[in-house]
Amino acid sequence: MNRALWTLGAFVALLALLAVGLRLNPREVPSPLIGKPAPPFELPLLTEPDKRFSHKDMLGKVWIMNVWASWCPPCLVEHPVVTQLARAGMAPVVGLNYKDARDEALPWLKRNGDPYHLIVADVDGRIGIDYGVYGVPETYVIDRQGIIRYKHIGPLTADVVETKVEPLLRELNGG
Amino acid sequence: MIPELGQFALALALAVAVVQAVLPIAGAAKGNAAWMAVARPAAQAQALLVAFAFGCLTYAFVANDFSVAYVAAHSNSALPLHYRIAGVWGGHEGSLLLWALMLGVWMTAASVFSSHLPDEMTARVLGVMGVVSAGFLAFMLFTSNPFDRQFPPAMDGRDLNPLLQDPGMVLHPPMLYMGYVGFSVAYAFAVSALLSGKLDAAWARWSRPWTTVAWMFLTVGIALGSGWAYYELGWGGWWFWDPVENASFMPWLVGTTLIHSLAVTEKRGGFRSWTVLLAIVAFGLSLLGTFLVRSGVLTSVHAFAVDPRRGVFILGIFTVLIGGALVLYAWRTSRIGLGGDFAPVSRESFLLANNVLLAAAAGAVFLGTLYPLVIDALGAGKLSVGPPYFETVFVPLMAPALFLMGVGPLARWKHASIPELAVLLRWALAVSLAVGLLLPLAFGRWHALTGFALALAIWIVAAALISLKKRPRGSRAHLGMVVAHIGVAVFVVGVTLVKTYESDKDLRMKPGDSVFLAGYVFRLDEVGNVKGPNYVAARARISVTKSGEPVTVMYPEKRLYVVQNMPMTEAAIDPGPTRDLYVSLGDPFEDGAWLVKVQHKPFVDWIWGGCLIMALGGLLAASDRRYRVPLPLRARAQVA
Amino acid sequence: MARALVIFWVACAFAQDPALERRVTNLAHELRCLVCQNQTLADSNAPLAVDLRNQIRAQLAAGKSERDVVDFMVARYGDFVLYRPPLKASTVLLWVGPFAFVLIGFYVLVRFLRRRQVPEPQLTDAERARAAKLLE
Repeated sequence: MNRALWTLGAFVALLALLAVGLRLNPREVPSPLIGKPAPPFELPLLTEPDKRFSHKDMLGKVWIMNVWASWCPPCLVEHPVVTQLARAGMAPVVGLNYKDARDEALPWLKRNGDPYHLIVADVDGRIGIDYGVYGVPETYVIDRQGIIRYKHIGPLTADVVETKVEPLLRELNGG
Repeated sequence: MIPELGQFALALALAVAVVQAVLPIAGAAKGNAAWMAVARPAAQAQALLVAFAFGCLTYAFVANDFSVAYVAAHSNSALPLHYRIAGVWGGHEGSLLLWALMLGVWMTAASVFSSHLPDEMTARVLGVMGVVSAGFLAFMLFTSNPFDRQFPPAMDGRDLNPLLQDPGMVLHPPMLYMGYVGFSVAYAFAVSALLSGKLDAAWARWSRPWTTVAWMFLTVGIALGSGWAYYELGWGGWWFWDPVENASFMPWLVGTTLIHSLAVTEKRGGFRSWTVLLAIVAFGLSLLGTFLVRSGVLTSVHAFAVDPRRGVFILGIFTVLIGGALVLYAWRTSRIGLGGDFAPVSRESFLLANNVLLAAAAGAVFLGTLYPLVIDALGAGKLSVGPPYFETVFVPLMAPALFLMGVGPLARWKHASIPELAVLLRWALAVSLAVGLLLPLAFGRWHALTGFALALAIWIVAAALISLKKRPRGSRAHLGMVVAHIGVAVFVVGVTLVKTYESDKDLRMKPGDSVFLAGYVFRLDEVGNVKGPNYVAARARISVTKSGEPVTVMYPEKRLYVVQNMPMTEAAIDPGPTRDLYVSLGDPFEDGAWLVKVQHKPFVDWIWGGCLIMALGGLLAASDRRYRVPLPLRARAQVA
Repeated sequence: MARALVIFWVACAFAQDPALERRVTNLAHELRCLVCQNQTLADSNAPLAVDLRNQIRAQLAAGKSERDVVDFMVARYGDFVLYRPPLKASTVLLWVGPFAFVLIGFYVLVRFLRRRQVPEPQLTDAERARAAKLLE
């Protein structure tokens, strides 16, 4: 009898696990960089390649980094949300153009609008690796001390902006 | 019209399944012969209806009916005929219909080959299978209808995934499903025994051949899957411990445990409740596999299109079928112990030890497969559990089991003597150790693990031959066991030698270049363009020589399937009994050079050869005379 | 024979440093391709996988150890990138589990066998003859 009850108990535990599993996304990999300093970089600007921009230039400010590429369809889908977020003015949105060609990224921006404070070009993807980028688009919120506070994987939605990003920005800006 | 007929047939089949599930079981409980007699015709009618539905879907594929959404998603007018047929089970909905078809086949077989069973048993077995069938038919009709139409109809289909356009696709799923679904028969026997309250040796005798045949199909199905991955995926691997692969391996491990446990229950009446539990768990793992592949809970290269809503439905089926069986189990077996009367050293106890090891191995695979989910569900982050884990954990568990395979078959039932076994096996031990020590040297590199594994394989073969010598006129079942065990040994040799001694080179080659590997010289002669029925390809011509003598010419390809715009590496393989040569094309360089990978894989075909030999052993065992000759009436009455 | 040797040396010149490649491949087999449906970095052709393999090669060639490269990957992608789960408090059950199954299984088995009654041992031929005589 005991053995059978143990087996039933284990079965129920398995069911609970599988039921919970149905709500989870096994492909989403959270970032271990949350709470850690944003990895350093110094990259040329997309629009003016002889000018360079470094992460240090943003110290003291709260800012958002949006990783995108012209060859990435979901980036196009999230672009209106990113534009909206940039226009709201709560924090400047810096674009990281990931593994892209300049002569494809610039027309893309012309077609779809350029909401970015500025855009840096990570042509070989090396900086992306440092930031743990594994798919585009991805968006980071970085605070005044240069610590990564939040990472969103996949296209930004109005819902995520409203419930996660904006409250965080308010906290970082106000507090 | 035809798809609608198919859908109607499925709906009818569901109705019949419900009747089949309810009446015979109620009839068996009440002793109502008329209700019990519904079982056989219901099972056969259901099988016919599902077969008809399957035929309708096949017709839709063959006739390129792209108004059916499923056909449009998985076929194309340029797709060759045999792949249009295999495409029927190329996606989630169609594969469910294949599942239902296989269930129909097993139900029909169970209804035909059960004349020697008491009527209540037949009624219950078919009734339980009716419950299973009803679950799957409902699942199809309510969430995964293969006959859904789309308006407007597509101009042409999105083509079958190029990875599936392969002979492996024709054979692997049907064989695999015959195995998975076949365990439902063992499950049905177990639940019937629990329902009737009679758990005796007769039940084991009846369910044993069914279990062995299901196991045999599963063995073949898994071997086919592995062989297919080997030559299709282009990099020479044959097992990845991917969740879906594990989902087929777990029922196989438990099925093997079940076969051995049934042997004891049939012959000696022992282990009764444990065997029943194993039958429930084996089928439960089949169902779990079905869940894992389709629900998106685990990431896998094999997963069907993912939909958590479907996952909920399957979870429901799983809960009802397995939860229900386990509740019955708890209720009915409270007073039945393991039973059997045997000494601490006896064939029974060796088989029990084998059971512990195989069950632990199945548990290890289960743990590794589901652990990432556990960690995620607990909010403790994301984890990956891959081949390094499984290999580290699985091999040490199997080594003692392999050793026992030499000892168990030679031990006497009820009371075995270690001195007697030692005498029987002393030469086997000597030969095994000798081979383990010397053979690796012959291959050029000595490794302790390699020697150990080879010694175990020879040990198993030697013990199997001794067992044959001891019983030269043994039954076919005995021969089946010997053959199956030898199959395991062949498998172990293949895995060991390939993993220890395989070699490869990955390099840039221009036409005219050569590379030297394992005594062979591979020369890239030229790369040309070819056109297939639904693809274009770059095909390389590689001449292989050994010591100046020509061996073969190989044609690896880099294909582009035009409809899905999907590139595919079609490796060239020169198979042989002692080695495979494996060449694949990588990406081209701008100057006309190509990235070429050449591999030498010694004894790799012994892996699948061993599996086929195992399956042959199972076939021999299941076709033993005692399952085909009914017991005389008097004995039947005693056994009941 | 001489011809074979020439071909061999020529082939070597075309291959990159084979020892380094071996290290790269071995390490790549232990790491997960994050954009794939369950593949190792060694087996995948995804752009990120190619990039990460190049990273591994560059770092190993620069003198870093396998440990360093693994730490680099984990710092950026978390434990998920490892196919061999690290031994931590949260994975103790995973690593110990299988062996615990076997040990518990055998413990139960041995306890069960001990509690049984040993059935009569078989009689030897001599004893059997004696018994037959006595019964006459």
